[in-house]
Amino acid sequence: MEMVNLYINGKEVAAPTGSTIMQAADLAGIEIPRLCYDPDLSALGACRLCVVEVKGNRLLPASCVTPVMSGMEVFTESPAVIEARRTILELLVANHPLDCMTCDKLGACKLADYCYHYGVKESPFAGGEKHQYKCDDSNPFIIRDLNKCILCGACVRACEEMTGQDNLSYLYRGFHRKATTAGDVDYAQSDCVFCGQCVALCPTGALTEKTMAGQGRRWEIERVRTTCPFCGTGCNFDLAVKDGKVIGVLSNPDSPVNGRSLCVKGRFGWDFIYNEKRLTTPLIKKNGQFEAASWDEAFDLIAQKFNAIKDEYGPDSFAALSSARCTNEENYLVQKFTRAYMGTNNVDHCART
Amino acid sequence: MAGLATTFGSGAMTNPINDISNEAELMLLIGTNTTEAHPVIGYKMRQAARKGCKMIVCDPRRIDLVDDADYWIRHNPGTDIPLLNGMMHIIIKEGLEDKEFVAERTENYEALKATVEAYNPEYVAELTGISVDDLYTVARLYATTDKAMIFYTLGITEHICGTRNVMSIANLAMLTGHVGRPGTGVCPIRGQNNVQGACDMGALPNVFPAYQAVNNDEIRSKFEQAWGVSLPANIGLKIPEMFEAAHAGKVKAMYILGENPVLTDPNANHIKEALENLDFLVVQELFLTETAEFADVILPAASFSECDGTFTSTERRVQRVRKAIEPLPGQANWQTICQMSTRLGYTMQYDHPGQIWDEMAALSPSMAGINYERIDQVGLHWPCPSTDHPGTPFLHAGKFTRGLGIFQPSDHIPPGEMPDEEYPFLLSTGRILYHYNVTTPYSKGINSMWDREQAEVNPLDAEKLELETGSRVIVTSRRGQVSSEVKVSDRVMPGMIWMSFHHTATPTNELTSHHLDPITGTGEYKVCAVRIEKIE
Repeated sequence: MEMVNLYINGKEVAAPTGSTIMQAADLAGIEIPRLCYDPDLSALGACRLCVVEVKGNRLLPASCVTPVMSGMEVFTESPAVIEARRTILELLVANHPLDCMTCDKLGACKLADYCYHYGVKESPFAGGEKHQYKCDDSNPFIIRDLNKCILCGACVRACEEMTGQDNLSYLYRGFHRKATTAGDVDYAQSDCVFCGQCVALCPTGALTEKTMAGQGRRWEIERVRTTCPFCGTGCNFDLAVKDGKVIGVLSNPDSPVNGRSLCVKGRFGWDFIYNEKRLTTPLIKKNGQFEAASWDEAFDLIAQKFNAIKDEYGPDSFAALSSARCTNEENYLVQKFTRAYMGTNNVDHCART
Repeated sequence: MAGLATTFGSGAMTNPINDISNEAELMLLIGTNTTEAHPVIGYKMRQAARKGCKMIVCDPRRIDLVDDADYWIRHNPGTDIPLLNGMMHIIIKEGLEDKEFVAERTENYEALKATVEAYNPEYVAELTGISVDDLYTVARLYATTDKAMIFYTLGITEHICGTRNVMSIANLAMLTGHVGRPGTGVCPIRGQNNVQGACDMGALPNVFPAYQAVNNDEIRSKFEQAWGVSLPANIGLKIPEMFEAAHAGKVKAMYILGENPVLTDPNANHIKEALENLDFLVVQELFLTETAEFADVILPAASFSECDGTFTSTERRVQRVRKAIEPLPGQANWQTICQMSTRLGYTMQYDHPGQIWDEMAALSPSMAGINYERIDQVGLHWPCPSTDHPGTPFLHAGKFTRGLGIFQPSDHIPPGEMPDEEYPFLLSTGRILYHYNVTTPYSKGINSMWDREQAEVNPLDAEKLELETGSRVIVTSRRGQVSSEVKVSDRVMPGMIWMSFHHTATPTNELTSHHLDPITGTGEYKVCAVRIEKIE
């Protein structure tokens, strides 16, 4: 790979030819703030928060779309850069609800993080017109509050470039510009497939998981990485756990197969765990009705019946159906039990269905 | 699975999923509605197609990916073999086969050549309903593209000729040398999260873990030593045979873990009778399912979020499942199975599922190199014979698992039941994006959005039957009757109705065919004959 050398904040760094200043900085471990840039999406250069100073350039170029050149001298936190970033953030918060105290995204909100970093408390531009959009609460999975949208376009690009659903685009002009569905209808009325990639990539509270609303602050959530229990693709994600309870599913960019992409089942179907119809105690049928029983009672009855049937009719009078939904370890145990104890190879699962 | 196991020596997906994005130049999809049944793989296919990878979709339904496809082959249901044979006929006639690959890596080529000789384009066009021109185009495109992958799912296997369908796909891939390299291969995308793993673990009547035959004396004696018992040598019953045997009173007791055959297996009424006929049934389940209703004892199961363990994905990648919360029934499933076995008289004692894995791996050469420590961050693809082995993302490089790949030519086998005067519509079934078999209806969010069956009916038929989207119909087959709402859509061809099987209120499998693939026992879910009547 051909490399170019450049200087970032006075430090000499090497980056592959054709990379952007931001990529070169990332490679060198120098953090440049960004709102619209995402490594999984095409670079848009829209938010301008990633501007840097380049010696000899009278403008401040956006580092996410500016290619590196040999000998380039870049400054990522010069006074001019900091002033520009502060102004950008002030412009953004001028038309942003400052309800961070109750916003579910706080802790994972990049806008809040950068405002904290650059000390932006309030906006000198406040007092102008503010959006008064109705919150899209049309579906059980995603809350869409476009008052918090900063038009970074991550949702539009995620829908197009990750899922390929093309359900989102930009509508209207100027102050009224919106990242929304065709015809500006609610998600439930649109072609949305509720994969939630837009939620996973949204840097603010504009798109949030409905199940997580009010369930806990982001920093209180324990993330447990696991594998999706629905289809055979093998997507990984993190279960969001608070106080011993699953409250949601969060994408994990380290997932080898799916990255941050999931489908509606993986991201939002987990709540079957807490369906009130879950069985929590053994049940024994008596006179045609199920009655709750202890584990001991259940195991005693099973042992008595299985052993009696095996003794009377032979091992092949028993058959076990194992499960393509259960773990390898459970499947191993079922076939071992069936073969080693019941003495039959009558074990199968629904591979054929 | 049996089809690829016979031709290649291994029934698993040959190449990794990420070959779609990184390697493939052509994707041939046949009988897979990927964006709905395996959405994340579907996204990758769509991205690849938009970046210039060619895509051919062979499907009687206008599935979503048709919109991104270069070619859509809308062949009649149940005519996959003629379609594939027709492609091979053209490839051989035009000398487009990979002669070197065929000579060095395969056997039985002459038999294939003789069989496909009869499938001239005109004959194939007549059987499949596609045009001769399209057949030429896709045959040439597949044969002349260097890196071409084939994907299929249940649209291929859920036929009376499912195994022969798979073999025909394998024939096409071997004929053109599209196996054993990145960006090529034959990829059956497995349905459930751990259907690959359940097979790998030996939850099959003929094999121990890692596909080691129960009727092989040497292998059996290895397991006998490890488990301290003597083991049966005779091959056990497959699912449909189990239910037949229960019907006949030969199988008296069953244990069912996490499966709901009453809703998901074909010809459901027959299954119910079989379950009723058992002396004793134990079901271990999350919910009181249609199958659990028949149980004498129900053991409450723990969900994936409550157990440690592993799943093996469709690309043979073994990945960790982690316990995030305490099991709602108080104990994990592995503990329940161990306690049950111990109570019966066979002690099973483990401290952690990792020990169960290690016991299995020690007995399974193809997984011996995989352990929890190695897959902590990123899973490993088996075969992985030793702990210093990097795993095997793609199979059959340089050599097939069975040595030479064997062509298994097949003639057209029509579906077991076709529409007639009494039952004039062809019913085909499948999954929809929003549901996964029988767990998702218990997700309140999902079920609040998609709570009922919407049978797809073509606009031409809808007009004749005076139906519109939202109308209700009675659908009747020779085996049963269900009611459903209708969605008028040109996704289905005229004369066809398509339904899913997720909804208890519309148990579609009461209608489906009793015909089975004679080799695997897979039901012919994709074709049966029905009558449709409007409910006024």
